[in-house]
Amino acid sequence: MSILQSLANRDRVFEFLVPDESPVDVRHGPILYLEDVSVSFDGFKAIDDLNLTIDDGELRCIIGPNGAGKTTMMDIITGKTKPDRGQVWFGSRHNLLTMNEPEIATLGIGRKFQKPTVFEALSVFENLELAMSADKRVMPTLVARLSGEARDRIDEVLAMTGLQAERDRAAGILSHGQKQWLEIGMLLMQRPRLLLVDEPVAGMTEQEMERTGELLTSLAGKQSVVVVEHDMGFVRSIARKVTVLHQGSVLAEGSMDQVSSDPRVVEVYLGEGI
Amino acid sequence: MHWLAKPATERNTQVFIGVLTAALVAVCLLNLLLPAGHPLHVSTYTVTLLGKYLCYALLAVAVDLVWGYLGILSLGHGAFFALGGYAMGMYLMRQIGDRGVYGDPVLPDFMVFLNWESLPWYWHGFDMAWFAFLMVLLAPGLLALVFGFLAFRSRVTGVYLSIITQALTFALMLAFFRNEMGFGGNNGLTDFKELLTFDLSADSTRLGLFVASGIALGLGYWLCRAIVSSKLGRVCVASRDAEARTRFLGYRVERVQLFVFVVSAMLAGIAGALYVPQVGIINPSVFSPLFSIEIVVWVALGGRATLYGAVIGAILVNYAKTVFTGVMPDAWLFALGGLFVVATVMLPQGLAGLFAKRKRSTPAASAKGAKEATA
Repeated sequence: MSILQSLANRDRVFEFLVPDESPVDVRHGPILYLEDVSVSFDGFKAIDDLNLTIDDGELRCIIGPNGAGKTTMMDIITGKTKPDRGQVWFGSRHNLLTMNEPEIATLGIGRKFQKPTVFEALSVFENLELAMSADKRVMPTLVARLSGEARDRIDEVLAMTGLQAERDRAAGILSHGQKQWLEIGMLLMQRPRLLLVDEPVAGMTEQEMERTGELLTSLAGKQSVVVVEHDMGFVRSIARKVTVLHQGSVLAEGSMDQVSSDPRVVEVYLGEGI
Repeated sequence: MHWLAKPATERNTQVFIGVLTAALVAVCLLNLLLPAGHPLHVSTYTVTLLGKYLCYALLAVAVDLVWGYLGILSLGHGAFFALGGYAMGMYLMRQIGDRGVYGDPVLPDFMVFLNWESLPWYWHGFDMAWFAFLMVLLAPGLLALVFGFLAFRSRVTGVYLSIITQALTFALMLAFFRNEMGFGGNNGLTDFKELLTFDLSADSTRLGLFVASGIALGLGYWLCRAIVSSKLGRVCVASRDAEARTRFLGYRVERVQLFVFVVSAMLAGIAGALYVPQVGIINPSVFSPLFSIEIVVWVALGGRATLYGAVIGAILVNYAKTVFTGVMPDAWLFALGGLFVVATVMLPQGLAGLFAKRKRSTPAASAKGAKEATA
């Protein structure tokens, strides 16, 4: 747009005041892009030249033995840990290494931690309310009122996670599985572009596992989902594409059948019955 | 809508404001209408004593706001109370004018005594009521802002923060003890004559101050309730229970903490400013760490994170203190310590927990009760 045109365009006098409507640029395909990322703690290389690309709308499972660097990778993506070198891009516009945790969260990366951490003193409804994407500065939060639209969104997420009956109960008295779903629901309230889910079915019953699998597969497409999981049966039931991490870098990538027949993967998982 | 159908928090506030108003009106009537010899007559001495309790109650509400809801155990809230008190004290000193012992029209007595030639720069402006009242808010508010900014930005929380707040009030106490500071040294500020042209020794002024303290408590309570029942209040509770998680949702926890901490410090300042004309003196002992710890005991005994519990705790403990120090002055500290032990062991949720327990037995309140049990 020429300068003259921009001057004539009176509804946009101050360009910098116009909020960026779709901040994540995924026109080139990948929503998450890690290149040559390395990080070491006290000489131990937790992540070693890791390259990983997640496409927009993809459901990706990441597996690997203990110490493969799965959680560290999540920490790097969410800004909790800064890598020693390498690049991490969200879409093709946002360099995540220059941003802090709240900024990355606001941008649309939601993370579900291994241990469910919900706000136990607050009700299920209030947990979802706090998680909703909104202006989260102090003053707007102080005067915030729930709009009908926001209520509908909360009810929608309650339905998706099957927690309607627990709406007004304290999150602290939910069962383990329900807490996990609530936490996924809290992530959904932020309308994230990318969901990072760390061991979602740990400690769950078969039935709960099945429902979690349904929930995660139903989410893919609308958002990209990255699942880190130990439970091979669960991974097999939901995965379309699996990445195997070993000693901080990618060992194999492909469908579950492809990676489980890869001799290197079999060696790493020897005796673990992949 | 029937008033019982309203949310519990709203009903709490209505009940509290109602009880407070009734108490204020009753005390005023019993003081003004009944003759001095009548058994139900409330003497002006008692009115002033009650006014003092109300100031303490406001201070306790301020502490409960940061401790109960934000999880920040401030062991230095006495400092904000004292700063508000000193701001009021400085105004009252300037109001004395040439009626002091030395008759100097400008300099307070202690400055004449120290052979000071002129008023220090920070005493200027305190002859004007609006300026002094502004300072009642700004002095504690600014201290809280700077202190909180540094502490919360560095993510200092928990017991470390408590220790630093304790150090803060201790350092201020030592500073205010020094004559060179220009705040009257260990004698503090006293010998006040009048406030806004009202004679401080007059019964009507004392009653007025009592009512003003009650109104301040009511407004302070209402403000705190508005904060804790807003979405921001839920963010406070969230950050109290899982700070990292709250940060991860995109809330700037340190800014929430700073905001609430500054509001709380200002409320403490107002309480201090109303306290000083009623007791007639402000000195560095109010900065003492012991006093700040005592405030926490009031809140713990009354019940954390309820606001009304803080009020009940402050009034009951101070009433007990008045009685005890009259009967057995030496035993008071033992009694206070004993109360704290009893509260911790037998009433982990304070006296307010007793009400909640009673309410929990009714089915309608069971969900709410369960919520409090997990809090």
